[in-house]
Amino acid sequence: MSDEREPYEETAPIGGKLITPVTVVLAVIVLAMIGVLAVRFVYGIGAVTNLNNGYPWGLWIVWDVVIGSALGASGFTVAFITYIVNRGEYHPLVRPALLTALLGYAMAGASVVFDVGRYWNLWHVFVPKYAQPNSILFEVALCIAAYTVVLAIEFSPAILQRFGMTGVRKKLGRLLFLFVAIGVVLPTMHQSSLGSMLLVFGTQIDPIYQTKFLPLLFLSSTVGMGLAAVTLEGTISSLALRRPFERALLAKLLAVGKLVLAGFLILRFADLVARGMIPELFAANAVAVMFWIETALFAAPLVLLAGAGATRPSRMVLAAMAMALAGILYRIDAYLVAYHTGAGWHYFPSLGELVVTAGLISFEILAFIIAIRVLPVMPKSTLA
Amino acid sequence: MGSLPLATPDEDLVTERRFGMKRRSFIQLCAGLAATLGFANNAVGAIFNALVDAKRPSVIWLHFQECTGCSESLLRAEHPTLEKLILDIISLDYHETLMAAAGHQAEAARLAAMAANKGKYILVVEGAIPTGANGNYCKIGGKTAIELVKECAADAAAVIAIGSCASWGGMPSTSPNPTGASPVAEILGRPVLTIPGCPPNPYNFLTTVVHYLVLGKLPELDAKGRPMFAYGRLIHENCERRAHFDAGRFATQFGDEGHRQGWCLYKLGCKGPETYGNCPSIGFGDAGTASWPVGCGHPCIGCIEQGVGFTKPIHELAKLLTVTPPTQFARPDEQQGQGSTLATVGTVAVVGGLAIGAGARLAKNLGTTADKPSTTSKPER
Amino acid sequence: MLTRRNMLKGLAGGAGAVAAASIASPAEARGNHPMPEHALGLLYDGTLCIGCRACISACKSANGMPAEHTALEIGDYWDAPLDISGQTLNVIKAFREGNALHKDQAVDGFAFTKVSCMHCNDPSCVSACPVSAMRKDPVTGIVSYDVDACIGCRYCVAACPFNIPQSTYDSPIAKISKCQLCAHRLPAGKYAACAEVCPTGATLFGPVAELQQEVARRRALTPGTKTLFPRGKIGGTDTYAGVASTYVDHTYGAKEIGGTQVLHLSGVPFELLGKPALPDESPASISESVQHAIYKHLLAPLGFLGALAVVAWRHMRPEAEPIDPTGAPPAGGEAP
Repeated sequence: MSDEREPYEETAPIGGKLITPVTVVLAVIVLAMIGVLAVRFVYGIGAVTNLNNGYPWGLWIVWDVVIGSALGASGFTVAFITYIVNRGEYHPLVRPALLTALLGYAMAGASVVFDVGRYWNLWHVFVPKYAQPNSILFEVALCIAAYTVVLAIEFSPAILQRFGMTGVRKKLGRLLFLFVAIGVVLPTMHQSSLGSMLLVFGTQIDPIYQTKFLPLLFLSSTVGMGLAAVTLEGTISSLALRRPFERALLAKLLAVGKLVLAGFLILRFADLVARGMIPELFAANAVAVMFWIETALFAAPLVLLAGAGATRPSRMVLAAMAMALAGILYRIDAYLVAYHTGAGWHYFPSLGELVVTAGLISFEILAFIIAIRVLPVMPKSTLA
Repeated sequence: MGSLPLATPDEDLVTERRFGMKRRSFIQLCAGLAATLGFANNAVGAIFNALVDAKRPSVIWLHFQECTGCSESLLRAEHPTLEKLILDIISLDYHETLMAAAGHQAEAARLAAMAANKGKYILVVEGAIPTGANGNYCKIGGKTAIELVKECAADAAAVIAIGSCASWGGMPSTSPNPTGASPVAEILGRPVLTIPGCPPNPYNFLTTVVHYLVLGKLPELDAKGRPMFAYGRLIHENCERRAHFDAGRFATQFGDEGHRQGWCLYKLGCKGPETYGNCPSIGFGDAGTASWPVGCGHPCIGCIEQGVGFTKPIHELAKLLTVTPPTQFARPDEQQGQGSTLATVGTVAVVGGLAIGAGARLAKNLGTTADKPSTTSKPER
Repeated sequence: MLTRRNMLKGLAGGAGAVAAASIASPAEARGNHPMPEHALGLLYDGTLCIGCRACISACKSANGMPAEHTALEIGDYWDAPLDISGQTLNVIKAFREGNALHKDQAVDGFAFTKVSCMHCNDPSCVSACPVSAMRKDPVTGIVSYDVDACIGCRYCVAACPFNIPQSTYDSPIAKISKCQLCAHRLPAGKYAACAEVCPTGATLFGPVAELQQEVARRRALTPGTKTLFPRGKIGGTDTYAGVASTYVDHTYGAKEIGGTQVLHLSGVPFELLGKPALPDESPASISESVQHAIYKHLLAPLGFLGALAVVAWRHMRPEAEPIDPTGAPPAGGEAP
């Protein structure tokens, strides 16, 4: 006896003006980013960033690649729930989530091009002559590249539908299950490896953050961030486009999120206790303070979504924001705040770095807005 | 030259008669002496007046275990020349090499001068004093060096030990020191002014004497009794080849490429880094710049310094006494990198604030639209 | 129904693969890489160093590096780099305390230390580099950099616990700079320029096995005894007479992160000189152990993929009336 299937939803472009005050502002920020990047390519990274040899990885790597891809985990979490756990009711959320994910990963990949110093050699990662499989970054690079392609394939039906290429779409449809499966394995691999990347830093990472459980901690917080991203994207689009808020669906998603966050917190504290790190948590330094802020954000959804709050939209949105912020802060703390590079080194993102990161985020939002207006992404039945 | 009166024909005569030089030349001499002492310009006048007016002080000069090199060095002085000094500035009443008298006459002259100038004469000692064999390794006029130096020092106004031998034992005291060669200070049991060197630069001695005549007291001395104006700095600090040392350019063999280029001689054993003196500053023999051992391509042997000269092998690596790193030397924890600025923190704060505001608004808006139906409705056809 | 249990079951599949592997027991850790038998290295004895910085000039000269401008409050300098950088591969730093008058004394004293690549036995940079731009020579053990392979990701810069690899941020064509033990001079019979020029033998070049013996010899001497110190290359004829120094009871680099081919001796504690305190286990071994445990032969990922593919296929195949992911009506065209 198969599970009760929910009826599918048709999707359609929502149309509307492409040039609005919002898109114009976003475009301006994107242009500013392009200006900064032009300077970067002519004069070098030092001309636009505050990166130095004490802090060789800064806002760009940590936000654009590590956090950006984690927020793009919306794709794999929703795909997993819909097709693996087989909850067709989440179907309306699939395409927007895939779009968010595709844009997130594409921007992560694009940001790598301007962040590395010798971008013309980037293809070396794919070539056996140069490949160094012991490097966790090697695996992350391959996985992210492959996953971006998979996301594009997973999202392509929307494009194929728009251009009426039904034949191709049907053929693709038969193979899609494979890509869905790959599209769950790959992010599991690289999102956990983004945590493993910190292992080689050894004692340069504060012992509160350095642990063999980093892969699992990063993976679980990614799931939380993905679910939060889906919720927030759904919320904003329902408000911006004056559409109903998918309360029940998102409440169930967030219920899963609560479990995952609880798992994260339990694992984190168990590990800290086992390594005797509890006294360090109360030391008077930046790392300990950030740890507690982060922990509070991870725990907040558990409080906000307790009992009746689980289905109250305002609570749900706040919980989703807390989940996303928690994951973001965890990554910033693990890669930057807890990174003890040596005495005397200072780093804070420069205006150039802030402009570029803002530009990337703006580009993602802009592309998302244009895509949902032009491609069949959003569910038709909920169109006003 | 503020305190000097205008020259009159009479004053020209004064300098001519006393010193055999016109007033202008004599003033130049005084300026030279003042420069060596490190005095300011207006001191030239004081030196001028002191030298012109003063009664010539009596000087007794003793020789013991020495090679007479210190006296020879003085003979090569040019400003003033030695004869000007001994004939016009001081009254050299006893000097075994330079005095005309000999034998008993010489000793009688010494005793007479000591009696006539009791408590006012300057005693200069050249050479070490042997203590072995009851002092019998050196006897003059039937008296041992020990007896002579004690006798002469008893009524002296000042005692100056010239040369490394008299200052700390010098070459005769080289291990195993068979004669027990000792410095003046050890024999007298009290510190004395020392002008070490082998030989010392004559101007170190001459300037000390002028300082005493002009100011009535000895110049500032270091812990070993050496005038600070001459022995206050290491040779390493003023060496003209220091830039090569700092850049790591060393001669490793006599005649090699580096040696021919005039590079630093530290690897060849130069003792400049542990020897105090002004050899690189004033050179020897008034023969122009670089007229000193290092300038001629041979490492300094540290002849001035006890424990270095005639003690350490010439080619043994010197110990650097002032290795204290200069201010601009890198520290283990230099401050590097650009931290937060008002602009960047402000931007992050503003953007963050906007985001939080928007988020709060979002939550509030959603709260007011909380009762909208969900999307699990039938699809439209 | 999407129950918590179902969701957990699903997630557990993926997380399980990661979890089981990431709880790699110490027995499974790969252990530090050993030092090659004929490894070459340096011995830096801070008590012999006089801070002349000839090694900085010689290194620049041997590697074609330009002078570096340092702007300080007290003036502009061209011969006083404050740290290693894109143009400076080797630098001498001075620790100072109080009136800084006494050499190799921690209180009211000063001491010199050398900062340059340690040529680790189990380098973090080699493990981190995704494109094999950092390589450890299997014979000499020298860690070299291949600029043609490098992608400029700076993972090596972040990974090195000694902060050695330096990226050139001021150039649009970035590269990494670090000491390569003058490997390019070895075929001509020459050796590390810093050791060659050092006037006191504070930096000494040679096979690490011989340098380790020299370390033992010096640490066994009573301070103050006269002894001969080699200069330039160990085992050569260039020696000079000196006096044995007082050392702290530690050879830096003997055990740190699996040992390094550059060894340091000092008269003052190493933390004062900015040398980080490091455990014996190399981070490279930890990182690689965790990674291999999870991905050994790609068993776990492929297994996970297989299971997921089966499940996805069952839910998405046409006969099961699945939800068409393309959003079009089901094949039969019938409304559910």
